[in-house]
Amino acid sequence: MIPASFDYSSPKTLSEAISLLQQHGADAKILSGGQSLIPLMKLRMAAPKHVVDINGIDGLAYIKESGGFLTIGALTREADVDASQLVHDRYPLLADTAGVIGDPLVRNLATVAGNLAHADPANDHPATMLALGASVVATGPKGARTIAISDFFTGIFTTTLAPDEILTEIRVPMPQAGSGGAYLKVERKVGDFAAAAVAVQITLDGGSFTSAGIGLTNVGPMPIKATRAEKALVGKPAVESTIVEAARIAAEEADPAEDLRGSVDYKRSLVRVLTARALRLAITRAKGEH
Amino acid sequence: MTTRKITVNVNGTPREGEVEPRLLLVHFLREDLSMTGTHIGCDTTSCGACTVLLDGKAIKSCTAFAVQADGREVMTVEGLEKDGKLDRIQEGFHQEHGLQCGFCTPGMMMTTYALLKNNPSPSEHDIRWGISGNLCRCTGYVNIVKAIQYAAQKPAE
Ligand SMILES: Cc1cc2nc3c(=O)[nH]c(=O)nc-3n(C[C@H](O)[C@H](O)[C@H](O)COP(=O)(O)OP(=O)(O)OC[C@H]3O[C@@H](n4cnc5c(N)ncnc54)[C@H](O)[C@@H]3O)c2cc1C
Ligand code: FES
Ligand code: FES
Repeated sequence: MIPASFDYSSPKTLSEAISLLQQHGADAKILSGGQSLIPLMKLRMAAPKHVVDINGIDGLAYIKESGGFLTIGALTREADVDASQLVHDRYPLLADTAGVIGDPLVRNLATVAGNLAHADPANDHPATMLALGASVVATGPKGARTIAISDFFTGIFTTTLAPDEILTEIRVPMPQAGSGGAYLKVERKVGDFAAAAVAVQITLDGGSFTSAGIGLTNVGPMPIKATRAEKALVGKPAVESTIVEAARIAAEEADPAEDLRGSVDYKRSLVRVLTARALRLAITRAKGEH
Repeated sequence: MTTRKITVNVNGTPREGEVEPRLLLVHFLREDLSMTGTHIGCDTTSCGACTVLLDGKAIKSCTAFAVQADGREVMTVEGLEKDGKLDRIQEGFHQEHGLQCGFCTPGMMMTTYALLKNNPSPSEHDIRWGISGNLCRCTGYVNIVKAIQYAAQKPAE
């Protein structure tokens, strides 16, 4: 399979990349890891006239804590996230997620930013970032703006990014003491998208939930923030009855469609079971027992 | 469409090409450079038969453009053997019968090369996890794992 012809630029700076995007408008596509874009171009489901390869821009590959956030640069690969001790120690939800995306070869190229910008409801990071309450930085001709992840996705494969904006950074709030998270995914095989997956991030104080974030992957036309299930946790003791009730509500909030990966009922029950399991794991992590 | 001049260091030798931007790296290797060791299995980013190292990282060359390799280093299966002597990984696949039809083998070996570089003494779990992006339709993986264990026990060149 061979993509349609296109012109190619490999700008060395962000401002050069942005002016290329301005110049070519909707005809241009940003290329980062290429692990979603290139397969689509080979299938000719995407045929941009101009490809702006941002891989040559220095200074966009980093993962570090600063200013109260974990900041992840646009060119940080899944493999870099997976290899980060900081992420494993303090952001287990993110470490879980990076480890189940595609396969090791895909993870060597695929970026977290591309995973969000692509806005496929089957992608794993959107739910994780919803659970973490992350935000993204979009840089365009007028400078940078910060977008809450809950305002970022607008539909299947669509976001609030303008065609001349680049997602340059992801910001995850630093966890408070007593926080823990987990991402659990059911996939038919390595490298497959989720039949369903659940991201959970919680904070405990004195045995009760003081905050809760729950995101659902591939059980709706958009990544879902299970806000009713979150509400069912906050202020309640971290005991089995609370967990089971929140899991039941999360399954109600899912809006899956039947496909090769399973029926609507099956996927809903996956959401229920995975939510409960992810909560239990997040709790043990919050208590430092895992 | 305009073509671009690229220079890619392939297995230690600078190789020049004049390519359309849409040319995939695997086609550049197989067709422009006649290096057919790198295979195309699925062409849909699923199988890993096309695995090469780009600046030391194992990637699927059916899912990267040749222009992206400009000025960078690519290592293919042809780069394993040195002066007629098999690399320890090739030797392992030979000794432990780590292949049947051999179609997946170049990709398996390149993934193994990167795996052993990062993790010189991997557990069986590390190996199975490490090759989880490379599909083999013949062996059932048992002998592939043994081949990689064999290679890991030998000192790297
Ligand atoms: C075999 C296989 C299995 C996979 N399995 C999974 C999986 O299990 N879970 C999962 O979540 N994903 C999976 N993926 C998708 C993979 O993670 C993608 O690579 C990722 O979603 C996109 O990241 P990328 O860096 O490769 O982006 P690209 O493919 O380069 O780009 C994707 C889209 O985002 C845009 N874009 C990229 N970067 C930016 C940016 N910085 N700013 C603005 N727009 C940008 C591009 O223009 C394009 O439209 C799989 C892919 C493959 C090939
Ligand atoms: S040919 Fe590249 S992954 Fe199958
Ligand atoms: S030996 Fe035949 S595909 Fe692996």
